[in-house]
Amino acid sequence: MEFRRFRGTDKYLTSSALESAVNCALALERPLLVRGEPGTGKTLLAEAIASALGLRLIHWPVKSTTRAQDGLYVYDTVQRLYDSRFGDGDVKDIRRYIKHGPLGQAFASRDRVVLLIDEVDKADLEFPNDLLHELDRMRFVVTETGDEVIARERPVVVITSNAEKELPDAFLRRCVFHFIEFPEQDLMARIVRVHHPDLDQKLLDQTLRAFYSLRDVDGLRKRPSTSELIDWIAVLRRAGIASVELDAGMPFLGALLKREQDLLAFAEATSRGRRPRA
Amino acid sequence: MFVPFLYELRDRGVKVGAQEALSLAQSLGLGLHRGTLDGFYEVARALCVHREQDLDAFDRAFAHHFRGVPDDALALTDELLEWLEQPAAKRRLTELERQLLERIDLAEARERLRARLAEQRERHDRGNRWVGTAGTSPHGSGGIHLTGIKVGEAPGGRGALEMAAERRFRDLRSDVTLDTRQIEVALRRLRAFVREGALDELDVEATIDKTARNGGELEIAMRPPRRSNLRVLLLLDVGGSMDPHAHVCERLFSAASRATHFRELRTYYFHNCVYGRVYESAALIRGVPVLQLLQDCDPSWRLIVVGDALMSPWELQSSGSRWSFGDDSGAPGIAWLAHLAQHFLHSAWLNPEPAVAWYGTAEVIRRVFPMYRLTQDGLLEAVQHLMRGGGRL
Repeated sequence: MEFRRFRGTDKYLTSSALESAVNCALALERPLLVRGEPGTGKTLLAEAIASALGLRLIHWPVKSTTRAQDGLYVYDTVQRLYDSRFGDGDVKDIRRYIKHGPLGQAFASRDRVVLLIDEVDKADLEFPNDLLHELDRMRFVVTETGDEVIARERPVVVITSNAEKELPDAFLRRCVFHFIEFPEQDLMARIVRVHHPDLDQKLLDQTLRAFYSLRDVDGLRKRPSTSELIDWIAVLRRAGIASVELDAGMPFLGALLKREQDLLAFAEATSRGRRPRA
Repeated sequence: MFVPFLYELRDRGVKVGAQEALSLAQSLGLGLHRGTLDGFYEVARALCVHREQDLDAFDRAFAHHFRGVPDDALALTDELLEWLEQPAAKRRLTELERQLLERIDLAEARERLRARLAEQRERHDRGNRWVGTAGTSPHGSGGIHLTGIKVGEAPGGRGALEMAAERRFRDLRSDVTLDTRQIEVALRRLRAFVREGALDELDVEATIDKTARNGGELEIAMRPPRRSNLRVLLLLDVGGSMDPHAHVCERLFSAASRATHFRELRTYYFHNCVYGRVYESAALIRGVPVLQLLQDCDPSWRLIVVGDALMSPWELQSSGSRWSFGDDSGAPGIAWLAHLAQHFLHSAWLNPEPAVAWYGTAEVIRRVFPMYRLTQDGLLEAVQHLMRGGGRL
């Protein structure tokens, strides 16, 4: 069997383990479950897969109120009621009021698509289980009309989770799993280079050193991650700052630490003179 | 050759089954491992591990299973080559495998194997597993590839074995003790929402739905409000042998009291074993008679006891010849515990000590309460147990 292998893109650097996981998911036609700290590029991965394989991306951001049914289709009863009152359109044809959700669109699409089910852990505990059957068989029935929506081309399903909640075992078993580790310094340097190609080497070294020592400060509730580092560097460059030192007066600390307690913990760590190791 | 590895994984608590084995076989068949051990490591990890807590166990199993000594491996070369040359052995292969095998030039294979073995940097403690079992694996020719140690290609030049041996995922293990967030997440599962009481909430969805189905004539639907219906009684052992665990108990307590999905949470303290009273403060003052507590808390409350269940046997068994339940009646501790366990439909005992230390009095108490470790896994199991029907032993 042939399939197109994923090797990352210019904008998205991968590790060989991540490529293997993606290729496993592509070859076995299984959903790929990606977990990792917030800000390590879980969502961007789906975009990278889509652009590398030249497929359309359908994004399904999951919220606490999202139900599995919403992903398949919604029967717009209100529109139908409205139409019946004010006489627009053919009320008898229920199909006109069936609106496909992201999963439904992915199945109905003529071409293969990448479906990103983003932050699956935000929804109710049972949400992943409710999707099992549809993801397995790649088809569902619209009960109101009796129509069956069958995926012509099995979509590439990427599911992200913030590792907040335990996901159900039955769900996990069906997925190819990858845990995005926090990048080490040299990979991080390459990632930063992708986003800031003309960054001064000295500033890069300094920011990375400050960033990694900051992550080592004890008692941080939310340690800054890749996306925050990239934003921080962008701010520094805009402000024309050419060098940084890790101390209480570090510029634009707010770009890295977003919680008041974390700022306090940082202030405490630096003022005590017990500087975190560089 | 990976089947023993899967059993090794199971031994270490990574739940792999037939499904994982089949997917792994399929991906190896598709060549997803690129014919290298590093590739095999990545593919197997993606398919066999389903949660980051198991990554460390996977690394340990991998390092243990695929570790090799160059000297030993070199001695095996001849054995393997002999096997390759021996037609009898090939009979056990399927047609496809034989074809694969024949595609390889033997001399070339020998050269490559030598080269690979010379490159091999890791230790080898199980003799013929490295080359031998690979050779006899269902991926006959691939076997040689599988044994190959890729040196240059991996990013940063680190092989899978080295990475596995590094055990970078140690911090993610779930059998180490908990932080508050993990406790909160686990406790979040301890919930039961019900709609009960008067129909005093307008059900907008149902109203719209009914009205639409009714051809546009308004039809109102009402429903009772959704309320959390779970009450939790938390009993904490304090002092003495529990002092080393005070930290984790504190975190459990703070997570439980912060949880918003309990209808009611009551926390009491005791020392070593529950007798007639439990106490509102950790300093064991303001005692509350257990019998009164049982009157206040009906059997649907979830009872969670936290303690190491270690005490001298007389504390559990001490009694006069006659006793009855009363505030200070002198009933033995075990009788009080059994009384508690029988009163509540759902109860669990969380023990901060590792399971190997559950002997003596802990063994006795285990017969009364379902006992779980106070770790992420244990807490989740306990919560699952508390949410299931009849919780009594």
